[in-house]
Amino acid sequence: MIALLGLVLGVALGLMLQPDVPLWLQPYLPIAIVAALDAMLGGVRARLEGVFDEKVFVVSFLSNTVIAALIVFLGDQLGVGSQLSTGVVVVLGIRIFSNAAAIRRKLFRA
Amino acid sequence: MSGEEPGRAARGLLELLRPRATRGQLAGGLLCLLLGFAVVAQVRSTQADTTFATARQDELVGILSDLSQRSERLRGDIRDLEGTRDSLARDGEGEAALAEARRRAATYGILAGTLPATGPGIEVTIDDPAGRIRADTLLDTLQELRDAGAEVIQVGDVRVGVNTYFTDPPGGGVVEVDGRRLQPPYRFLAIGDPHTLTTALNIPGGVMKTVEGLGAGGSIVQRQKIAISAVRSP
Repeated sequence: MIALLGLVLGVALGLMLQPDVPLWLQPYLPIAIVAALDAMLGGVRARLEGVFDEKVFVVSFLSNTVIAALIVFLGDQLGVGSQLSTGVVVVLGIRIFSNAAAIRRKLFRA
Repeated sequence: MSGEEPGRAARGLLELLRPRATRGQLAGGLLCLLLGFAVVAQVRSTQADTTFATARQDELVGILSDLSQRSERLRGDIRDLEGTRDSLARDGEGEAALAEARRRAATYGILAGTLPATGPGIEVTIDDPAGRIRADTLLDTLQELRDAGAEVIQVGDVRVGVNTYFTDPPGGGVVEVDGRRLQPPYRFLAIGDPHTLTTALNIPGGVMKTVEGLGAGGSIVQRQKIAISAVRSP
């Protein structure tokens, strides 16, 4: 509940403050967001399966976003930034789908 | 058992949504707040500037070099035009204006076909003893020459203009251009870069191959000086 509230509050804050993404963050933020989405869905799934642990959630959330951004950074340094970003997005997309499927199975038994 | 499942799942969902102000929950909430904020910020920045924000470095370099080339060209144009303007401003007698006007009249006259012209170019001869060449083949030849950058073209003794046309006479026979019967063999004189013109006509499946396929003979001669004397009436 608090997480959901936080999400809504964050969107509202973003709409109100109209933030501009700083230039140094611009290449990494999209990937970090996708990684965070994955971590969030993973958290919901764990909660529904009854194995949710706040510490795990916080750590996985932070490490996922940081690692995703790091991979993109490394890719940019190696000159394969776009390909590596695509790879990360694909992997995270697969994980998001599998998490969503697990949540759906828990909630609707389907 | 299966009847209880939806109920249990719903209870699980309710429990998930029930607020519990533990430290972990607060941390999770804070992270989600951050996520929502970041999503909105990112979406806004993507909407604000879609042209270049997503472009990679090499694309940007390409765009930049295109732009600098263009600005260099435009700067050259500016220099030329400023030179013209200065020379026009300098002479009171109108000498420079007259010279400029003459130069333009000559250029336009050549383009419109009202003035004779000489220059490097090619001579194309299409020998058609069997009479199989029709107007469309000659039109293709003309268009190919135009595409390849021929500036002045003459067919037979007719100067080619913007409204030049080819017609097949009703009973067959020699093609007419602008209503005048050509004298076979068909002869094109074109002023332009000889090498480019020759390459354009000789490409596989191009004009020369078509002409040969029709059983006619085509030949191209590159000349450093082609004199086109036929003119169109203004």
